[in-house]
Amino acid sequence: MATATAPPIMVERLPRSRSLTPLSWDRVMPILMIAPSVVLIAIFVYGFIGRTAYTSLTAWRGVVPDYTFVGLRNYERLFQTEKFQADIVNTIHFTAFFLAGCLVLGLGAAVLLDQKLRGSILFQNVFMFPLAISFIVTGTVWRWIFNPNYGLNVLFHNLHLDFLQSGWLTSPSTALNSLTIAAVWQMSGFCMAMFLAGLRGIPEELREAARVDGASEWQAFRYVVFPLLRPITLSAVIILGHISLKIFDLVFVMTFGGPGYATDMPGLNMFITTFRQDLFARGAAIATVLLLMVALLIVPYLIWNLRGETER
Amino acid sequence: MGNERWSRRQFVSRAGKTAGGVVLGLSFADFLAACGASNAPAAGGGKLEIFSWWTAGGEADGLAEMFKIYKKNYAGVEIVNATVAGGAGTNAKAVLKTRMEGGKPPDSFQVHAGQELISTWVKAGKMEPITSVWKSEGWDSTIPKDLKDIVSSNGDVWSVPVNVHRGNALWYNKKILDDNSITPPASMDDFLSALGKLKSKVQAPLALGSSGNWQVQMLLENNILAAGGPDFYKQVFTAKASFTDPNVKQALSWIKSMLNYVNSDHPTLGWDDADKRLINGTSAFNIMGDWAKGYFTAANWVPNKDFGAAPSPGTTGKYVIVCDTFGLPKGAPDRANAINWLKVCGSQEGQAAFNPKKGSIPARTDVPASIFDPIAQQFIAEFKTDALVPSSAHGSATPDAFASGVNDEMGQFVINKDVNKTASNLQKLSDEFLK
Repeated sequence: MATATAPPIMVERLPRSRSLTPLSWDRVMPILMIAPSVVLIAIFVYGFIGRTAYTSLTAWRGVVPDYTFVGLRNYERLFQTEKFQADIVNTIHFTAFFLAGCLVLGLGAAVLLDQKLRGSILFQNVFMFPLAISFIVTGTVWRWIFNPNYGLNVLFHNLHLDFLQSGWLTSPSTALNSLTIAAVWQMSGFCMAMFLAGLRGIPEELREAARVDGASEWQAFRYVVFPLLRPITLSAVIILGHISLKIFDLVFVMTFGGPGYATDMPGLNMFITTFRQDLFARGAAIATVLLLMVALLIVPYLIWNLRGETER
Repeated sequence: MGNERWSRRQFVSRAGKTAGGVVLGLSFADFLAACGASNAPAAGGGKLEIFSWWTAGGEADGLAEMFKIYKKNYAGVEIVNATVAGGAGTNAKAVLKTRMEGGKPPDSFQVHAGQELISTWVKAGKMEPITSVWKSEGWDSTIPKDLKDIVSSNGDVWSVPVNVHRGNALWYNKKILDDNSITPPASMDDFLSALGKLKSKVQAPLALGSSGNWQVQMLLENNILAAGGPDFYKQVFTAKASFTDPNVKQALSWIKSMLNYVNSDHPTLGWDDADKRLINGTSAFNIMGDWAKGYFTAANWVPNKDFGAAPSPGTTGKYVIVCDTFGLPKGAPDRANAINWLKVCGSQEGQAAFNPKKGSIPARTDVPASIFDPIAQQFIAEFKTDALVPSSAHGSATPDAFASGVNDEMGQFVINKDVNKTASNLQKLSDEFLK
């Protein structure tokens, strides 16, 4: 991610004789190669985004499209609904805790594994495995784990740790945090892999030099290693951040947004509004808000990335 | 009415298969149509794609029985069973909408009678009337007029009812009631006092599985029927009466009282998990549609011996109908086969084969009651004399946009238990979607 390609600023000047023949094969070939994907992306990504945004400004309700223009009325109504207000709060809460959980656990595990102790390869794989599972499976498994009748609560009771029992998914105050635990379990391994790659990329000499200068292990980590991990951290935040903003499948299987609106998310709300309530225009409005939220996260990153590339 | 939850993979693979099936079906049908243009109508060949959410248990068995009859009468037609799992068909309906939008309708699909059919599909011009089939099959004399009315609009009939489920049923563990000398309560007061009596005897006297909230929505409509009677019920769900009416508030406060006696883990339980509590003896009562019966009998419980049923408290003489029907979408790829399918659905033979397995009662009144279990016999008798009202929770009385909004609202009510606020929010939904 950190090395995403950006347009090169120095274009190699072509020999004069070639540039005179405008249809030379060397010039046409690259355009032909790129054209299909440009056309496909233009239609299937940007075209559909445009159409969704347009739909969100219409009065389409029911299974027959109605493209009467109504301006921002759908957005106005949407932000007035209690459910969507809850969605926004839930998304922010979930994203914050999900990111914090993944980064802390991921970095912790990566630092431990980087000590190259015996068996670290094994644990490296063990931590990575959840990533190979889909959110649907994770959600189902954790729903069972949190089930009050045969899950964690029973385990705690048998271990005489009853004070650890909780309502988990059944209580509105704990459901969102329970959901976050499952999400962190799934994605912290991914974070670990990224940090581990980052750590392995930092030359040992740098730490060595810090130690020679009298830095303690912690200081060497804090002032040498940590700053060098910044680009990796940022990439991890971007990747995890857009996953958490768009989360759907995990919520769908674990709680379906309940109890009440306690774990409802914009993605789930969009699905229900569009396909169960048949409020297609309002669903499109949710999709557009969701896109803007993700853009808010991604665009500054892309700009920052682009600037970094051009400076290099 | 399978389990609420389902895996997305299952859904994707099924949807994929369905889509594939449709593409094949279409091209084959085109081919047939081209051949058949000069010949007689191409009966006895081609495909028949039936779309439903009957994926498991008795529902799937019942559907298979009807397929058997179809195959016997129309050999040579290949039946494509396109099902999508999910509680009360909520997921299947979403898939169906995308297919209909995309111009790839199945040959016939399961749809709840009432608004789900009329306001979603008929008003959108996506259906073909089946009035002539209705007449030629003589269904006027065998299917009650109340049922015909909710599948009709503008003088045309749009689908054929195969079964009738009852939404307002109270189920009880007979042993617990007998041990505590409680008779099945008829009024709400009796019910609440029975719950109070049992509170110290069983873990949670009333079993509730509210995952997805529609179960609470059923409590709401049953209680509105109990508080206001059938006329008020019909008025409030057609915006001719207000949800801030004392009857609705009474219905909500009854739910609030019931919630004092329910299991605390209800938000994560489905309706079947709730019924399991009756079998385990950790609960005595459950209010659920009559599909619960299938769950009990599957666990080898004997009707009227291990468990019993009564109309939900306060609704004696009233019948909340949840009615599955099949219709004919415009542009059905195998139209002739689809019409034959509708004839099987409406036939005495078809309904007699389907309903005992499905756990519902037939929409026709001439199917012999003797082939059914005692509880179904009791319901068949009541169906003939009771006041019939369509269910809102299951899409018959009101459009999906409203029902889904109420669903959310009931999820909130279970948490905040605020009668006045919920009533006024329900009225807002009525203003927005019912007027």
